[in-house]
Amino acid sequence: MSDMNLTLKVWRQKNNQSKGSLETYKILASEHMSFLEMLDVLNEQLIQEKKEPLAFEHDCREWICGACSMVINGQPHGPQRGTTTCQLHMRQFKDGDTIVVEPFRAKAFPVIKDLVVDRSAFDRIIQSGGFISVNTGQAVDGNSIPIDKDTASAAFDAATCIGCGACVAACPNASAMLFTSAKVSHLNQLPQGKLEAKQRVLNMVSQMDEEGFGLCSNVTACEAECPKEISVENIARMNREYIGASLTSDKFV
Amino acid sequence: MSWFSTFLTSSIGKKLVMSLTGLFLIVFLLVHLTGNLQLLIDDGGRQFNLYAKFMTSNPFIKITSYGLYAFILLHAVQGILLWLKNRAAKGGGYAVNNTKATNTVAGFAKNMGWLGIIILVFLLIHLYQFWLQMKLGTLPMVNYDGVEVKNLYVPVMDAFSNIGFVIFYVLSMVVIAFHLWHGFQSSFQTLGLNHKKYTPFIQFLGKAYSILIPLGFALIPILFFLRNS
Ligand code: HEM
Ligand code: SF4
Ligand code: FES
Repeated sequence: MSDMNLTLKVWRQKNNQSKGSLETYKILASEHMSFLEMLDVLNEQLIQEKKEPLAFEHDCREWICGACSMVINGQPHGPQRGTTTCQLHMRQFKDGDTIVVEPFRAKAFPVIKDLVVDRSAFDRIIQSGGFISVNTGQAVDGNSIPIDKDTASAAFDAATCIGCGACVAACPNASAMLFTSAKVSHLNQLPQGKLEAKQRVLNMVSQMDEEGFGLCSNVTACEAECPKEISVENIARMNREYIGASLTSDKFV
Repeated sequence: MSWFSTFLTSSIGKKLVMSLTGLFLIVFLLVHLTGNLQLLIDDGGRQFNLYAKFMTSNPFIKITSYGLYAFILLHAVQGILLWLKNRAAKGGGYAVNNTKATNTVAGFAKNMGWLGIIILVFLLIHLYQFWLQMKLGTLPMVNYDGVEVKNLYVPVMDAFSNIGFVIFYVLSMVVIAFHLWHGFQSSFQTLGLNHKKYTPFIQFLGKAYSILIPLGFALIPILFFLRNS
């Protein structure tokens, strides 16, 4: 049938201070399970054995929240392109496989426990510029500002970024350029965002640098692993907007 | 900090410096190869020596050459610093490594630092062997129609008749090819020049450049060696 015997090598780490290591577990899974369901089964097994269950993050389990961060056999969210871990199914693996599961690695994403890392650096980048300033009041009519289809689509493509951090995890430099460029590209392409475009890109890049992410070497590993298939064209856009804004903004800092 | 140093020391600013110095070096390699190909003219080095004389005495070229030394230094020092900073930002890798890339060779892109260090070692040896001899060394003189010029052709012939050096030279060109296979197109992306209409052409040009230019450089010692043995 569809049962599969698997060997899991999973990163276990008590807390941020302790040193972690890979622990080996045997598990019987079904090919119809999602990867997270397979980990749920592992945790039931661990609880029955009176062992500490594995800590891993998850929320929506439907590919929209970006919580389910982990690196599976060297790839963030596993081998299937354009999916998060919750949408990865065990049929992507074979009976008898050994699967290595590690937390996202980046100095700016410290491990909290086991597979859970602290991605609040992303929140601070968004806070630094991922908004538009409008006076609240009556809700504005949705179509009061005309936006052509191509621009709307390009902005929307960038806006699909779920802030999962797979780009940082995949990058050998732990660079957050794909994420930050998606956020910049989302708003800077739209008329509502254009007003603050220069300051937005300056602030967001400066916050990104402050968080200690690496620089972009244009490896494009981020694009290959992004569950929303965000394009590195956004990185080029952010680069030219940053260069332009630095050279032409009226501010001297 | 002034806005300008904030700009140039930001992550994107630092990459901008890498990209512009890299592109300058790309243009330089093309000029340098055109010069070197004159070694292949079978005239006992006359054309090449006259060219070497011109390159070391023309004031415009002299000024450009100071820029070149500064840019190589800047590119190498900044490159190594960035590379170390990036490795530190990763803070250790994965037990299983499986880096994919969409439009470059991940192995080259990840190892630009190592490739660069090898190029730097080659450059230092290369400069000692030819450039320093031309500047300070006691090269034999040769007289062409009453004009005394340094005979740089002699150390070139010596170097290229040594099989060990020829192999080292050719391997170094392979390393430059790898560096540029990633670097050429990467420098355009860094500048923000990524466009559906032009990027495929830039990618193609980069591949052609990184094969043809190192190949051109490598052919010279190979042909010299074959001719002399
Ligand atoms: C003939 C000599 C060289 C040429 C033509 C050259 C060209 C380039 C180009 C075009 C780039 C891409 C810049 C970008 O991504 O924006 C680059 C990147 C790089 N180069 Fe060079 N380079 C040369 C020598 C060196 C040397 C001697 C070193 C170091 C010792 C070096 C280290 C690096 C590093 C580390 C990068 C990657 C920067 C990054 O993307 O993070 N290069 N080079
Ligand atoms: S760019 Fe892609 S990989 Fe990076 S945070 Fe956004 S969705 Fe995740
Ligand atoms: S749990 Fe929300 S995207 Fe996977």
